[in-house]
Amino acid sequence: MHALLFVLGIPLTGGLVLALVGHRDAARDVNVAFSAGTFLAACVLTAQVVADGPQFVWEREFFIDALNVFLVALTAFVGLTTAIFSRPYMRIERDRGKMTPPRLRLYHSMYQLFSFTMLLALMTNNLGILWVAMEAATLTTVLLVSVYRTAASLEAAWKYFILCGVGIAQALFGTVLIYMAAEKVLGAEGGALLWTNLNAVKAQLDPDIVTLAFAFLFIGYGTKVGLVPLHNWLPDAHAEGPTPVSAVLSGLLLNVALYAVLRCKVLADGALHGNLPGRLMMGFGIVSVVAAVFFLIRQKDAKRMFAYSSIEHMGLMTFAFGVGGPIATYAGLLHMTVHSLVKSAIFFAVGHATQKAGTQIMDEIRGLIRVSPTVGWGLMLATLAILGSPPFGVFASEFLIITTAMREQPWATPLLLISLGVAFAAVFARVQPMVFGDTSVRPLPHPPALIPVFVHLGLGLMLGIYIPPYLDAWYRQAAQMLGG
Amino acid sequence: MRPLSRPSEGELRRLGSGPAPPEMNELLAQFINLLGALLLMLAFAMISQRRILSLIALFTMQGATLVLSTIVVGYVTDQPHLYVSAGITFALKVVLIPLLLHRVIARLDIRWDVETLFNIPTTMLIGILVVIIAFNLALPIAKLSTSLTRGTLGIALACVLLSFLMMITRAKAVPQVIGFLSMENGLFFAATSATYGMPMVVELGIALDVLIGVLILGVFIFQIREQFDSLDIRHLEQLKED
Repeated sequence: MHALLFVLGIPLTGGLVLALVGHRDAARDVNVAFSAGTFLAACVLTAQVVADGPQFVWEREFFIDALNVFLVALTAFVGLTTAIFSRPYMRIERDRGKMTPPRLRLYHSMYQLFSFTMLLALMTNNLGILWVAMEAATLTTVLLVSVYRTAASLEAAWKYFILCGVGIAQALFGTVLIYMAAEKVLGAEGGALLWTNLNAVKAQLDPDIVTLAFAFLFIGYGTKVGLVPLHNWLPDAHAEGPTPVSAVLSGLLLNVALYAVLRCKVLADGALHGNLPGRLMMGFGIVSVVAAVFFLIRQKDAKRMFAYSSIEHMGLMTFAFGVGGPIATYAGLLHMTVHSLVKSAIFFAVGHATQKAGTQIMDEIRGLIRVSPTVGWGLMLATLAILGSPPFGVFASEFLIITTAMREQPWATPLLLISLGVAFAAVFARVQPMVFGDTSVRPLPHPPALIPVFVHLGLGLMLGIYIPPYLDAWYRQAAQMLGG
Repeated sequence: MRPLSRPSEGELRRLGSGPAPPEMNELLAQFINLLGALLLMLAFAMISQRRILSLIALFTMQGATLVLSTIVVGYVTDQPHLYVSAGITFALKVVLIPLLLHRVIARLDIRWDVETLFNIPTTMLIGILVVIIAFNLALPIAKLSTSLTRGTLGIALACVLLSFLMMITRAKAVPQVIGFLSMENGLFFAATSATYGMPMVVELGIALDVLIGVLILGVFIFQIREQFDSLDIRHLEQLKED
């Protein structure tokens, strides 16, 4: 059997098993075990791709190429570290009575099913299944966001469901239109929704249909990426759900949604003569960066602030992919990787900090470093990393994006530089007193899981200094495929 | 991948190689247009309907129209998988979901609720505008489509946008859910009439997503009621940016 089937099968089985035993004490470890299994299978799959190159599985329904292989590995990895982080986190939530056994069962089961839908969306070759997986990911995360059943979390989840449901409905319409265009070229039974087939004939697709289709697909999946003005669900969903969920939303879901946009962009680029997809992405990207920064300044809630930071970074990536060309696209892919690592590290640290302080309001969290130096330093370093300080990977990718923008889209450079500067000043000024100074927090009954924070930061640091040759080769190949 | 020189399904169909003679096809195509018009009228009716019970009835009728049009398209184009998809639609949208909705409103005791809607005429006018926009958007594409479906794509898009409008104007949870489902109906109509249905595996996936979505929304409605003692979505506006 192919490793790919294990990558999909393990989280699916995990979801079913945990639906039965997820309320027990051991469920936290079972959750980690299933995530570890998924990660192991993803490693084997990655090794196979390194050795044999891109491959098809199961009648060409699934495929692995340079663009999705690193995202699969990243998704499985962050899935594992978040599961490790959620062990002590959920134990404390249970002790405090915020999580009852039935809720824990729902949480664990949905966590695994969420991993499954993410991996399915990444590896399927069928644009229809991609849509189904994205919608299923919305459904699982809606349940995860509302798991506390408070008024605020219900509101966040309802908003999330309705906004993303409507958004993703637009994407389905776009998919129907793509199918309509493809059917004329490939015929109804010729696998007209398989991305690789579409990619092979993209120059023959009807430009009128593809223009409309891309507009719908971009709006649809763009809602899930959290692009302004379609972002309203994102800060609420991040702030009101459990922190492990915020970490996977920012670290994984947004990436996968952007991945869906990229797959569609490749097709649209091939079919259209103008640069409509690029312009759309640049426009929405830059608006997201600027708007997110100005929302970010005014936030009082730590998780909400970092949620806006995620919108900013997703906007930056969208902009980079919109600019196109080998360097900007390379930078966009690198940024996807490091943002996902560093942002989930931040949510791990913030999660421990908010549990210690018993609040998410930043003004009430003070002097973390006195009580627990590792959480304090973890939060400080992760914040510096996400704000783009060298030598972390975010600096490398932002530097590449801005220098390319200077050369190819000079009008955008001042906007980007000012936004990044304002974000730095705002976030640093908020986080610094949280970490240093007199303390307001108390120690926790169970030791927090800090290994994930530092492993993520270590990887983020490594990617700033040294990119492994195979990763570099994938980025280059993917950048070439994306129209570099 | 098949060789490109072979005429595609669409071209074959245009040459009139369906199971029925061409004049029969012409009649059935007219019939599909009629069903499309019916769908659009139902979408307008839903926008202005204030009773929850009637809203569910309208939604069921929309589902039934959809089933009928799927069967006709399946017959004209000789695509047996469309019969299966019509069967799924019937089970889901004419039987199961209306049943669930009836149970929800019975248990919440809101069967006879009448929503106060402001400015129905204005909403209708906006609705007409939406239809014009949808037709204009679909026009260049409808011209490329096969003769059978010309015009129905515009109707499908209009249905989607009208349901969207309905979701915006409603303040209660259950009508919002019905708007969401009716949007899915419009998309399904687009899929069957513009492309003769999505591949089976995709259709099954979509049906599963819709079913799970309805179940989750149903649970949510009870939780909202428990939390706020009301189903007014205006209670769900506490999370605001300061």
